[in-house]
Amino acid sequence: MAKAELMDYAKALEQFEVVIGLEVHVELNTKTKMFCGCANEFGSEPNTNVCPICLGLPGSLPAVNKRAVESAISIGLSLGCGIAPTGRFARKNYFYPDLAKNFQTSQYDEPIAFEGSIDIEVPSGNSYTVGIERAHMEEDAGKLTHVGGATGRIHGAEYSLVDYNRAGVPLIEIVTKPILGAGDEAPELAAAYVRNIREIVKALNVSDARMERGNVRCDANVSLRLHGAEKLGTRTETKNVNSLRSIERAVRYEIQRQAAILAKGGSITQETRHWHEDKGITSSGRPKSDADDYRYFPEPDLVPVQPSQELIESLRAALPENPADRRKRLQADWAFADLEFRDVVNAGLLDQIEEAVTAGATAQAARKWYTGEIARLANAEDKDISELAVTPAHVAELQGLVDSGKLNDRLAREVLTYVLAGEGSPSQIVTARGLEVVNDDGALNAAIDAALASQPDVLDAIREGRMQAAGAVIGAVMKAMKGSADAARVRELLIEKANA
Amino acid sequence: MSNLVFKPAHELATLLASGQITSVELTQAYLDRIAKVNPAINAYLHVSADGALATAAEVDRRRAAGETLPALAGLPIAVKDNLTTVDAPTTAGSKILEGWVPQYDATVVAKLRAEMMPILGKTNLDEFAMGSSTENSAYGPTGNPWALDRIPGGSGGGSAAAVGAYLAPLAIGSDTGGSIRYPASMTGTVGIKPTYGAVSRYGLIALASSLDQIGPVSRNVLDSALLQDVIAGHDKHDSTSLPSGLGSMTEAAKRGDVKGLRIGVIKQLQGEGFQAGVQARFDEALEQLKAAGAEIVEVDCPSFAYAISAYYLILPAEASSNLAKFDSVRFGLRVTPEGNPTIERVMAATREAGFGPEVKRRIILGTYALSSGYYDAYYGSAQKVRTLIQRDFAKAFEAADVLVSPTAPTTAFKIGEKNDDPLAMYLNDIATIPANLAGIPGISLPIGTADEDGLPVGIQFLAPAKEDARLYHVGAALESILEAKWGSGIAKFAPVDTLAASEAN
Repeated sequence: MAKAELMDYAKALEQFEVVIGLEVHVELNTKTKMFCGCANEFGSEPNTNVCPICLGLPGSLPAVNKRAVESAISIGLSLGCGIAPTGRFARKNYFYPDLAKNFQTSQYDEPIAFEGSIDIEVPSGNSYTVGIERAHMEEDAGKLTHVGGATGRIHGAEYSLVDYNRAGVPLIEIVTKPILGAGDEAPELAAAYVRNIREIVKALNVSDARMERGNVRCDANVSLRLHGAEKLGTRTETKNVNSLRSIERAVRYEIQRQAAILAKGGSITQETRHWHEDKGITSSGRPKSDADDYRYFPEPDLVPVQPSQELIESLRAALPENPADRRKRLQADWAFADLEFRDVVNAGLLDQIEEAVTAGATAQAARKWYTGEIARLANAEDKDISELAVTPAHVAELQGLVDSGKLNDRLAREVLTYVLAGEGSPSQIVTARGLEVVNDDGALNAAIDAALASQPDVLDAIREGRMQAAGAVIGAVMKAMKGSADAARVRELLIEKANA
Repeated sequence: MSNLVFKPAHELATLLASGQITSVELTQAYLDRIAKVNPAINAYLHVSADGALATAAEVDRRRAAGETLPALAGLPIAVKDNLTTVDAPTTAGSKILEGWVPQYDATVVAKLRAEMMPILGKTNLDEFAMGSSTENSAYGPTGNPWALDRIPGGSGGGSAAAVGAYLAPLAIGSDTGGSIRYPASMTGTVGIKPTYGAVSRYGLIALASSLDQIGPVSRNVLDSALLQDVIAGHDKHDSTSLPSGLGSMTEAAKRGDVKGLRIGVIKQLQGEGFQAGVQARFDEALEQLKAAGAEIVEVDCPSFAYAISAYYLILPAEASSNLAKFDSVRFGLRVTPEGNPTIERVMAATREAGFGPEVKRRIILGTYALSSGYYDAYYGSAQKVRTLIQRDFAKAFEAADVLVSPTAPTTAFKIGEKNDDPLAMYLNDIATIPANLAGIPGISLPIGTADEDGLPVGIQFLAPAKEDARLYHVGAALESILEAKWGSGIAKFAPVDTLAASEAN
């Protein structure tokens, strides 16, 4: 797979206007599948969460999962969509062995949610309004594993295995309108949009939203047109883009690739493309045209979904705060500078800091812990912060111990490593390991006297107002007491001695 | 051979309940008759002797122990082979499902088991219920009990022939465009298509989901009522099933009366195109109803002219999608072609070998009707016709309590007679199809035999949706009027050397 010819990014943006469109599939975390009672579970033994319905056995019929409908409505409402008072499912007909019935039960011309919009802020601080065309319900397909052959793809494989555990898992597909006007920030906007969708479905608790497990999957449509042109250019649809970073890279890559082709007078093939994370390129998939004929027709085995106005309003009332509003509120509450806040947002630390604040930490202290020592330790272990054994309550407790003088910074960092090792809460660790700061004046005075014995000039220096001279003594005391001395108290005692 | 097999189901149920006969005795009598005559008539594709006798023995044991059992416990029954059964192969009359034993019971089958009815076996049908003669079965045609060289109607010819030939007291059928009512008419039996959604479709191998409906087949109206009361009711596995029940059909059948009933004769379903002997029996029946106090009115249903055209777009469209799952991947036949067996080639070879010509014809028709660019003209227009037909019915039911027509334009034709002419074959269902398009219930019951060929003629009553009770009401009334006139049931007219002849001869 050769890397295509690319145009310099800035040059591409000079010549062309970028239009993107995003289709995000959100896998719901309902207990059961969309149309049957099988467990919706990741990682089970192949073909164990199956039944006549999701295997598409002759005679079986679907029945709609009520929780999935409610989740779909909540997502729609969060995106400012209207909710259809009545909506039919439709059959999308095509043959593929991962599709048990050889049609996908989906929604076509009657999506449950339609016509919404969402404001998305990109890292530069600019904000764009993204129009939502629709959000609809559908079922996932099974999983194919192609065995033998060099590529792991179906062509060239000796045989293929099908796992229907995923068949029938509820999906919500969210489709944007064409997004124009983001200019060189289109790739960042694409990633920020998907991040927002993730935040929304996580806040709603309707999806586990783990991209690495395919809970949130994004197809990115990209097309270019000359500035001022009316007609939209031919688009490509890049599939398999399963991390935020990849989305940004894939969109950027497609812009540069298409620009190079168009600048040479070539034309773009309307097709799906595959993103290759390792090589950082997209490759041609199958040709896709608007004439793809899925022979959609209304699903006759299901009655239309007709959510009552009461249900819609009760779901609306139960909506969590919109992530964008929440960010505004938190930045104001915490009084973070823009840059500080952006770092926190980009690191995905809002939840943790908010919880730590609730548990009693100051926002600044929580921010320092999370962006500082905790981030460093997570990095060192190559883990996500959320995977570490430290909770926001631990952070608040740790900071409380520092503020009350029981721990100094160095000791607090040490305690944190024991928290990560699973030894318990900071207070428990301090007690168990005897790590409390020593502020018993007797012990401190003894250590100070010992230190002064080798540095007799220090008291004179303090008396003359050269306070920096105290540092050496404090350092020596700390060293002698293996870091457990209360530095502030040492300083006070030293001043008392000088002035005695 | 025991004469028990000739008795009506409701009598047998009474004999069983009172302990005068055992279920094993009765079940064995049917099995004996099946063993003797089924090879000639081919009504059953599979006979479940062991399973049926085991259920029968269980019923007898529990009855002997003094347990209270369901009303029809111990009464044997035949099931059309497009309903899934865990203990018997289910083929839908197709090669593509040969030998497939389902992993689950259809809801209706589960209800029969809960009622403790011994299931005698699975009955023949046109492949995937596509046909009106049972000649499209991959396992050979079924004969008509009145004349073995004639068709028993279809698609449920096996169930109608089994009941008509005394190979079962009751049977389950499915009706997509007349597959219960048309065979009933051809074989001198009673068949009911309940209101769409009255009986769960879960486990019925779908032909056209929006038209399919399971219903009873029997030799008299009360017997069907008893069976509908067993199989009807909401099912959470079928979201199109009605949320609440429609009351007791048995009670309705016991209160047969037509006094003051307004019966609407459908203008479009009589006269031209209807066999003289069929029309004559039909006209006589109307006279009898009138004499019994019914008011006969004529109703106009102009959109019925487009019913068959609409039906043969909607049905194939849904069927083309419903039958897509038969791809060799998870169950059923698998044909691996010579050369490089890619999944596409295996699927194609399997479907080529596994489906019969009528199934292929309808899949192609339906695929075309749903195609982009043709959808509006075909499927879309057909759905509009469907709405118009529903409006015709709504208007007709303002003037009449029930509607009436002959069930079919002709009596049973000879096997092979219409094989070369699918369009002529499709016309057999001209009177039955509108009810499926509108989702309303219909009954067919025998009203005598045609003078020219001595074969049974059926009458069809239709009622508004959820008013199935009216059909049992009027059906039972007409039945008792005719039986009083004949001095017995329709079997009296069956030639003595046929399977339809009973001890009445």
